[in-house]
This record gives sequence, C-alpha cells and structure tokens, in this order.
Amino acid sequence: MTDRRQDDMSTVDSATPDASRRAFLKGGAAAAAVVTLAPGVTLYATGADAAVTGPATSAKRWGMLIDANADAGVWDVAVAACQKEQGWGGGENPATDPQWIRKVTVKNPKTGATANMPVMCQHCDEPPCVDVCPTGASMKRADGIVLVDKHICIGCRFCMMACPYAARSFVHEPVQGQKPHMPRGKGTVEACTMCVHRVDRGQQPACVEALAASGSTAMMFGDLNDPNSDISRAVSKYVTQRIRADLNVGPGIHYRGI
Amino acid sequence: MAADTTVYKEIEGKGGDYYSLIGWLGVIIAAGLYAVFNMEHHGHVVTGMTNAVVWGTPHVFAVFLIVAASGALNVASISSVFGKYHYKPLARLSAVTAVALLAGGLMILVLDLGRPDRLIVAMTHYNFKSIFAWNIILYNGFFVIVLAYLWVMMERRMNPHSSKVGMAAFLWRLVLTTGTGSIFGFLVARPGYDAAIMAPMFIAMSFSFGLAIFILIVNAAYRSSGRPLGDKILFKMRNLLGVFIAAALYFNAVQHVTNLYAAEHGGVEAFILMDGGIYTFLFWVIWVGLGSLFPLALLFNPATGRTSTGINIASVLVILGGLAQMYIIIIGGQAFPLQLFPGMEVSSAFFDGSVHPYAPSHWEIMLGLAGMAAAVLIIAVAVKYLPLLPLSLSDAKVDPHHAKD
Ligand code: SF4
Ligand code: SF4
Repeated sequence: MTDRRQDDMSTVDSATPDASRRAFLKGGAAAAAVVTLAPGVTLYATGADAAVTGPATSAKRWGMLIDANADAGVWDVAVAACQKEQGWGGGENPATDPQWIRKVTVKNPKTGATANMPVMCQHCDEPPCVDVCPTGASMKRADGIVLVDKHICIGCRFCMMACPYAARSFVHEPVQGQKPHMPRGKGTVEACTMCVHRVDRGQQPACVEALAASGSTAMMFGDLNDPNSDISRAVSKYVTQRIRADLNVGPGIHYRGI
Repeated sequence: MAADTTVYKEIEGKGGDYYSLIGWLGVIIAAGLYAVFNMEHHGHVVTGMTNAVVWGTPHVFAVFLIVAASGALNVASISSVFGKYHYKPLARLSAVTAVALLAGGLMILVLDLGRPDRLIVAMTHYNFKSIFAWNIILYNGFFVIVLAYLWVMMERRMNPHSSKVGMAAFLWRLVLTTGTGSIFGFLVARPGYDAAIMAPMFIAMSFSFGLAIFILIVNAAYRSSGRPLGDKILFKMRNLLGVFIAAALYFNAVQHVTNLYAAEHGGVEAFILMDGGIYTFLFWVIWVGLGSLFPLALLFNPATGRTSTGINIASVLVILGGLAQMYIIIIGGQAFPLQLFPGMEVSSAFFDGSVHPYAPSHWEIMLGLAGMAAAVLIIAVAVKYLPLLPLSLSDAKVDPHHAKD
C-alpha cells in the first residue's frame, strides 16, 4: 500500500508510466536547467530542486496567489492556456463538458461591485475529495498537489459530491486529443493538476506562464512553505482570502481583491 | 422463547402466474442492462446527470433500496430481538427480503459507476478514511450476517442461537443505515446535507420503507399461493407501519426546522420547502401528502385499514413517497448551487450560482427499475426453492395461545 502510493506520487500524472518518461522525470537536473532559462517568469530555485530530488516532499507546499483586481480578460487567457496544455474543452455540452478552470464573476448585490477570478481545484490541505474517495484514487501529494489516479478511479463521483468548489469534472463522453502527459478517460473524474508534470520539471503551471507571457502578474505560483518565495512574501504583504475558508479545508489557492 | 411449531414450505411456483412474473422481471432486468450498455458505451452524457448533478435517478433507486433493505429486516429483528413471537413465522422471509433489496440497490450503484469494469479495484483498494469504503464493508457484512441469521433460523439444531445472531444482525443494520445516512452527512459543503439528524432520519425512513415493501410481498406471496393469511399479523404490521411513517415524518420535520434556524441553511431550506419547483412539489405533495399523511389516514381509517387492499395501497404510497424523498435529498441537494461566496451573486460558464437543471433520462429509470426487479426476482426464486414461507399465517396460527403450545 505504502509502496503503491509512493509510486503514484511520482507517476500519477501519467496513466501509462513508461520507463522512458520516468527516466525523464527522474533526470530532473536537465529539465531544471532549461527552466531557469525560461524568460519572463519569476523562477524559484526550489522549483528546480523538486525535479532534482524526485518525489514530492512535504518540505514544500505548492500554492497560488490570484489577484482578482486584474482585468477580467486575463482569466480567459488562463482558461485557454489550461485547455491547450491539458487537452480539454471545445465540447458542445456545457453541462457535461469537463471544466478544469473557469472564470467566476462575483457581484455584491448591495454595492454592485464585481470581481472576476478563476476557480479551479484549490488543492486543499484537508481535501474532502480525498477523504471520501473509496479507492484512494483521489490523493494528495506531500507537496500539497491533489490529483486523481486514473488507474484506480471507478467513477463513483463521490469526490464531486464532497468538493466544496465544484472543481472536478466527470468525463461524460469519449475523449479526443489527449496530451501524452495527461491521459484522460471516459468514466473517470479529473481536475486541475496544478500542472504537476510541469512543476516536477521546475516549470510554472501553464496558466501562470501564459499570463506572465502576456505581461500580467495576476497569477503567482510558488512554495508557500518557503518564507523567501515571492508568493510567501506577497501573501504576507497583502490581505488575502481563500474561498470558503470557513469550511476549514485549507485551500492552497489564495486570492486578493475579492 | 416459544418453540417454533410453524411449518415452512417452498411455494409451488408452477403456475403460469409465477412464470409470467419471472418473465416480466427478466424483461425489466434485460432492459436495465441494455441501458447500462448504452451509458457505458456512449458515456454518461446520454443520462440526465451532469457535472453539477453528479448523482441522479439511479442513486435515488439505489439508496432507496439500500435503506429499505435494512428496514425489511425489522420483522425478523422484532421477533428474535424483542421476543414478539407473532412475527416469528415471517422472520425468514424478512431476512431474505433484506438481502434481496440490498443486492438490488448495490447492483444499481455498481452498474452506474463510470468504470463498472473496475469493480475489482473497488474491492482491493480501500481508503479507510472514506465513509463510502466503510459502507462497502458494511454491505458485505450485512449479507454475511443476515444469511447466517437465516441459516440459524432454518437449521433446527441452530435455533437456540437465533436470538443472538438476530441481535447481531439488528445492531449491524442500525450501523448500516447510519452509514448510508452519513454518506450525505459528511458532505460539509452541501448545505442540504450536513445535519446530524440525517442518520436517525434515515433509520426511521428505513423502518417505514422496508416494512411497506415487506407487507406487499407477504400479501402477494400469500394471495398467489393460496395460503391462508389472517388479519392478526396483517393488522400488527399495519400498526407498525403507521408508527414508522409518523417517525420518519417527525425526524424529517426536525431536520427542516433545525436547518431553518441555522442561517447558512436558509437558502436551501427555502429552495426545498418553498420555491424549488419540482422539489417543493415532491416534498409537500408526494412525500408529505401522498406518501405519508394519506397512507396514515388509510391505515387508521377503519373502512380502509381493515382491508388488505387498503393496506396494500398505503404501502405502495409509502414506497412512492420514499422515492420522492430520496429524489429531494439526493437530487434537490445537488440542484441547489454550492455557495462559493455566501451572500454574493455568483455566475460563470460552469453555472455557478444558478439552480442546476436535471431531468432523468429513460436509461436511468430503466436501470433503477432493473434493480428493483432484481430484488423481487431474488425473493421469488428464494421462496420457490427454500422453505421460507409458513404454510399458514391464519389468525389461529399467529395467535399467541396457539404459538405457545
Ligand atoms: S478543491 Fe475540491 S477537488 Fe480540489 S482538493 Fe479541494 S476538495 Fe479536492
Ligand atoms: S470518482 Fe474516482 S476519484 Fe472520485 S471518489 Fe470515486 S473513485 Fe475516487
């Protein structure tokens, strides 16, 4: 059991863990080097370390800070980047098509003030989806990223009943256009992976990178456990809020300006 | 405890009636399997379920059957745990009904999975934190313990142990229903569900639904096999059903009243009780009216309560009301949107902040009915091949003085 989970932690992003890919993941040094060259994003040495050291470690707590004051249009960029990276979207049945990340508009009925922000899996500290999953397919890595192991998901959807954020989607139809790093399957549940395949290579999640490339700093990704990381500094500097903090599930996504 | 002098015998099950019943059940089950094939082949997109209403009509039927299963065991429990010997002759049938209903309910749950082919995964990978996984263990245990109970009742040498095993089965069923209720009680984010009252309410409902089904089965079995069924046992069950209907209604009322006092539940309460459209209709008209108050009136009005037709109609209505109540709890609870920002107006392309529409597809209904048919089929086959039914349930047979001989 422990062994299996341990194994999942490093390979869960792949439903077909083949040796070459694993070797690629483990040989993270090269990937990390590439990443430190990536332009336009604040890079965290710690991010590269993750790839070098292999398995996820609880020394880190990956998280995000999202600025809801940003221009509403940037969230469409984030959603499109996620679709492109992970291979979802483009369906014709809005009620059943998967939606890993969505733009949510919040309006204060008294003042009329509105804010827009993306909502996706909040990568909770105490994820209800993981608690209820009968098979253990829903799981939290030591570094806080919550994933679905699609090998053992039976499609019972209990995790979707339990998630306070409607963050998960059930694949209602056969899937097309899968990405090699993100196998998806009809009859299983899926959600934002915080781009674990990129993070383990020392890169940023696709949405964060896309915003950065468009010149926006509205999404910030990093290690919340590292007091010197940009995200930790920002979280201690601004008044931030987490959605439904009252539920005590400890979301890893922080927001400001709601 | 009085020795059981009842003579049990397999039913003949030879007539055209019996075979046409079996035939019809077979057709309904085949139709359900065809529905499953379609749901698995095309994906759940052919159902009415969505990413917002993730549990649909199959779950309404499944949870109803599972809840009723533990209630159907009551007659057996009452006889061996509480020593009410007039129920003793029906204890075997009660145990078989319980097992059959549970099997039908689980069949639906499994066949609705996104990956029913991975059933083996569900049985080999347990997350012991999951109330759902615990329920799987509880269900399996229920099968084992109730079948053992049936065996000690049927095997004369083992009879002396029947009250102990009966007690174990009784306790197990209480835990099982609590577990089923907790599947919903644990969902903290869903304002319609997180009430401590959920567990006792499910137990009360299980008593009522299970007994209603049981009464119908006893009536049907005795009428069709031409064996005598006296008023005494029937009226006893009628009185019990009345008490259970009232208890279920009472706990439901407590649930709604406590929710009304909790400010954060105001929204979902108003939704179910006042402006939820179909859910409000189902609540007041089908569950409270047709499924609870009207059957109570039928049962305790001498003109109808003293006839088996009146009691049968009341039982059918209780079942209808029970299905409606499950629909309200399961689907109504999901149709009401999650509150990401309480007090704010929320909208998105993922339908945040709006009531989620849901309409059952015929596939889902076919699967649900197939589960019910499977339960009836198990009972029909069991009474033909096992000595479960007493030759007579006439008043003389059931009467305490005769039973004590
Ligand atoms: S947001 Fe939902 S899916 Fe993501 S970790 Fe939390 S409970 Fe699980
Ligand atoms: S749908 Fe899959 S991930 Fe979700 S609770 Fe069921 S088995 Fe676990």
